[in-house]
Amino acid sequence: MTHPEPDPVPVLALEGVSKSFGAVRALRGVSLQLFAGEAHALAGENGAGKSTLIKALAGVHRPDEGTVLLDGEPVVFHGPADARDAGVAVIYQEPTLFPDLSVAENIFMGRQPRRSFGRVDHRAVHAATADLFRRLGVDLDPDQPARGLSIADQQLVEIAKALSFDARVLIMDEPTAALTGSEVARLFGVVRSLREEGAAVLFISHRLEEVFALCQRVTTLRDGAWIATEPVAGLGEDDLIRRMVGRDLDELYPKLPAEVGAVALSVRRLTREGVFTDVSFEVRGGEIVGLAGLVGAGRSEVARAVFGVDRWDGGEVEVAGKPLKPGAPSLAMAAGLALVPEDRRAQGLVMGMSIERNIGLTGLRATSRAGVMNRGSERSRAVDWAVRLQVKYARLGDLVGTLSGGNQQKVVLAKWLATSPTVLIVDEPTRGIDVGTKAEVHRLLSQLAGQGVAVLMISSDLPEILGMADRVLVMHEGRIAAELDRAEATEQSVLAAATGVTGRAA
Amino acid sequence: MADTTAPFTARLRSARLGDMVRWDTVVGALLLVLLVCSFSFVDNFGNALNLSFLIGNTLPIALIALPMTLLVVSGEIDLSVGSTAGLSGAVMGALWNAGYPIETIIPICLLLGVVCGLVNGLLVTRLGLPSLAVTIGTLAAYRGIAQIVLGANSVTDFPQQYLDFGSGRIAGTFIPYAAIPWAVLLVLAAVVLHATPVGRSLFAVGASEEAARFSGVRVKRLKLSMFVATGFVSALTGVFWALHYASARYDNATGLELSVVAAVLLGGIDFDGGRGTLGGAVAGVFLLGALQNVMSLVNVSAQSQIVVTGVLLVVSVLGPRVARQLSVARARRRTLTAPVVPAAATAPAGGT
Amino acid sequence: MTTTMEPVRVAVPASRGLLDRVLKMRELAILAVLVLMLAATQIDNSAFLSQQGIKDLLLNATILVLVAVGEAMVVITRNVDLSVGSVLGITAFAAGDFLQGGGNPLLAVVLAVALGAGFGLLNGLLVSIGQVPALVVTLGTLYIIRGIDSIWIGSREITAGVLPTGFIDFGHNGLSALPYLAVLAAAVLVAVAYFLRNYRSGREFYALGSSPEAAGLAGVPVRRRILAAYIACGALAGLAGALYLARFGNVDSGTGSGYELTVVSAVVVGGVAFTGGSGSVYGVALGALLLTSINSVLPSIGVSSVWVQAIDGILLLVAIAVDRILALRVAGILRKRAAETRSARHG
Repeated sequence: MTHPEPDPVPVLALEGVSKSFGAVRALRGVSLQLFAGEAHALAGENGAGKSTLIKALAGVHRPDEGTVLLDGEPVVFHGPADARDAGVAVIYQEPTLFPDLSVAENIFMGRQPRRSFGRVDHRAVHAATADLFRRLGVDLDPDQPARGLSIADQQLVEIAKALSFDARVLIMDEPTAALTGSEVARLFGVVRSLREEGAAVLFISHRLEEVFALCQRVTTLRDGAWIATEPVAGLGEDDLIRRMVGRDLDELYPKLPAEVGAVALSVRRLTREGVFTDVSFEVRGGEIVGLAGLVGAGRSEVARAVFGVDRWDGGEVEVAGKPLKPGAPSLAMAAGLALVPEDRRAQGLVMGMSIERNIGLTGLRATSRAGVMNRGSERSRAVDWAVRLQVKYARLGDLVGTLSGGNQQKVVLAKWLATSPTVLIVDEPTRGIDVGTKAEVHRLLSQLAGQGVAVLMISSDLPEILGMADRVLVMHEGRIAAELDRAEATEQSVLAAATGVTGRAA
Repeated sequence: MADTTAPFTARLRSARLGDMVRWDTVVGALLLVLLVCSFSFVDNFGNALNLSFLIGNTLPIALIALPMTLLVVSGEIDLSVGSTAGLSGAVMGALWNAGYPIETIIPICLLLGVVCGLVNGLLVTRLGLPSLAVTIGTLAAYRGIAQIVLGANSVTDFPQQYLDFGSGRIAGTFIPYAAIPWAVLLVLAAVVLHATPVGRSLFAVGASEEAARFSGVRVKRLKLSMFVATGFVSALTGVFWALHYASARYDNATGLELSVVAAVLLGGIDFDGGRGTLGGAVAGVFLLGALQNVMSLVNVSAQSQIVVTGVLLVVSVLGPRVARQLSVARARRRTLTAPVVPAAATAPAGGT
Repeated sequence: MTTTMEPVRVAVPASRGLLDRVLKMRELAILAVLVLMLAATQIDNSAFLSQQGIKDLLLNATILVLVAVGEAMVVITRNVDLSVGSVLGITAFAAGDFLQGGGNPLLAVVLAVALGAGFGLLNGLLVSIGQVPALVVTLGTLYIIRGIDSIWIGSREITAGVLPTGFIDFGHNGLSALPYLAVLAAAVLVAVAYFLRNYRSGREFYALGSSPEAAGLAGVPVRRRILAAYIACGALAGLAGALYLARFGNVDSGTGSGYELTVVSAVVVGGVAFTGGSGSVYGVALGALLLTSINSVLPSIGVSSVWVQAIDGILLLVAIAVDRILALRVAGILRKRAAETRSARHG
């Protein structure tokens, strides 16, 4: 790896870093160098190891192999505090705030300005926070509790926190996912001025145009391995995507044309106060409908409400023409609905249970007789679906947590396909899984649609939406902002609707 | 796949080792060792009278431990069981004093237990309150109501045939009559927990309530029914207590909740939910019971017995965790030294 | 991607300090209940709030306030200590035994505090290093400490007769209606409140209870803070033990038995949530005062004391239920308001 950079010593660097979690090898011999005054992009698909790399830099994970270098000297960060003291500020994908404490306290926890006898100077904390917010152009109240802040506002608090360090290295893991266009522009202004003052910046974003707008160099990861580090100038979006995906897009999105049947799922004027408003759409048998939008736009919330995990305040849901009672997943399942939820580890699977028990959980009634479980049919149902979906496991009795991310996702799909649903809602079906499994999942969804299943696919991965969906619904701020045909749907049209630029075209 | 077998087998080996040294098996073995040693070396342990004392004194804990096990597996706890038993006994005494026939009184007491459980369950499931806080509250409230109902009186003149049932033994054996309904409940609880959809759901809810809800488990209803079952069995225990000791007082079964919780946790039921076996819980109950009995026989003071209970409790939660951490660390060392080819690398080959 | 609209930022005055206000309301609500109850009792029985009556109310509250303040620190970090009753019992006896042997009263108090801190250290180590649920560990140490206490004491007991008169006087006298013990408890209360409010480590207690994951990422030394909370809790239980001895002059092996439930009730009634991260020790002190006052109020308005326990329990239930309903309401309001400002900003 050679660098054209004149700057001899990187501020912060990784050399040959590997990190495993159980059976999953998240990073494999990755090297990365961050230079003062440079914005460096980290590209890669979901699950390529970007978040793990950041956590290694931030002192959250200690690498199994390899070293972290600070100003060219090897260092060991024993915890986030060590990294922070070395001037490394991190903005995580999911905000990590203290809901009970004020915004100002959140920013300065553990580093509050002090006056005599080591007492916290509350006035200085307040003033410094107000100052940061002015610099960011945000009008949050420093004394407001963090509980109840929108995701965008939480993200802004995180950014203010990172700014408050006067950090030498600023690491941002998808900071713009929930921000509007002008908020992004303002953030970029701040980041640029930081960089000009000599800070090194590591930036992760799914929006490639942001990478091109902000960064000088880009490092690409795939399946936990280093692929390339190169200047952004002269690189095209297609080049970058090819490095990230490692294969042609057609192969990754094997969408087959399918016979579109009768309306299977009909959602009319569904409203949950403060979460989503007046959401109406239909999904027909054989159709894959994509549901796009920014994080926090209310997509998952709609799915949860339809499936009965959350209640709704107004509107109605019909499955195959029959109204569905709100608030009961068991009834939704009986009506033929299945939901592969967003958070695999917390919602999709019971991590402390075996593969067999996880698959069996959706078919307890089918595999019991007179209220007593039939071990034989319980096991054969699990084996059947685990084999059909090519789950790689040692024993069905192993804890599901021992599987890799992709195989875990297959178990989630198995447990739901085993219920023979007529409507399948998948929420981020390929987040955090390797490219090979990703293609398998896509082929599976395509096959299911071919068999007449109505599929509603929520995804933040735009190429996935564009590659797989027959029709695309775009949500913005809790409302359906646009409905686009496969032909109309392009990266630009979907993003425009998702960020509210186009208003309500329908 | 061939080159991935090394870490796989390493994992398998440690998993099998883990199966063999499961905590509930350890507790069962300890109980067995204790019984064998006691029969051999402790004077008067093996005679029928002592054994019937042992069982009779342990039965209240053993009874409540059955539904408590199911409740703890689902991730909740009920600290009001002792008070519910006390309240049930107090109402029994008060109604008996008021001249009602015992055949009417007992169903009323059991119904009262159901109501007590329902109150706990509704507060936990409808309002989303932590069961610990709720049942500390009802612990005081139910005991307080028992005190209001019966004051400082004690009622002892229950019909002789019922008292005989409460303290008598099956002819020619050391087994108390009351062990028969307990055995029936034991079988029922074991089947429910380990061989029915309800049991499967309980484990799922305890291990991850959210994932269970997303899988269509009716979490609230399930938890509510477990609280009701616990209330019912607690009231039953209250009736048994009053008959066994021939005395209904408001302070019957005070502190019983701590013994039950200690025994259940000792038996390997994970306090965080989702893990444990009914066999382990029962072994835990009788290990504590037998230990106390033996210590009394060899003249260890009651106070020292308390210390032993406490130490066992701490060890029972610390032990499995330390063991698990050690085995995780061992597995990690093995994975690191084994020649590893990541599973992810083989996945595309299998898929395409 | 460029945007065409400059978002209109709207001021959100109503959400300003909403939670703060609710929390303050919480303390005011306890105060209101307390004042109403005392006033009603006074009207019914004019002798109730005599100088001696007020003194008794404060004296009764002192010990519970001290232990509850310690417990509050632990609960704020999202843990619990059930062994406080046992610690109180054993430290009271230790102090008594020391005094009985002719020891210095001040040293006796120090001894009790140190012994309590030692037990707190034990609990804290088990919870923070052993990573075992606090409830189970402290349930275990509740037994262990009580057992050690019983073995040590046996059937002995400490009576006021064997204690130095100065020590007993300190436990009973005061500045007119204000007992010395209450002054001491108030001083501790103010010091703890000031610490929790104005020191980094104090704020970190709240951060830790509010979100352990975020606390770890923010570099809060999680284990050390949990350890500190337990040591403080144990030390305060020890201090309370010494004061118990001074107040009642009578200690046996059952002293403090079952006290943990009263303490937890006071903490929860006082507005410190079991889920950690919220509440204040002033609220807890008010909660303790409310609970002990009920015990004095009921007899003086002619209600039998058999009602006390039931009322304590129901009060605890009402307190947590009301807290929960309020929290749900606030969350709903915040959710709606967030949605409104969002659409106002971009709409």
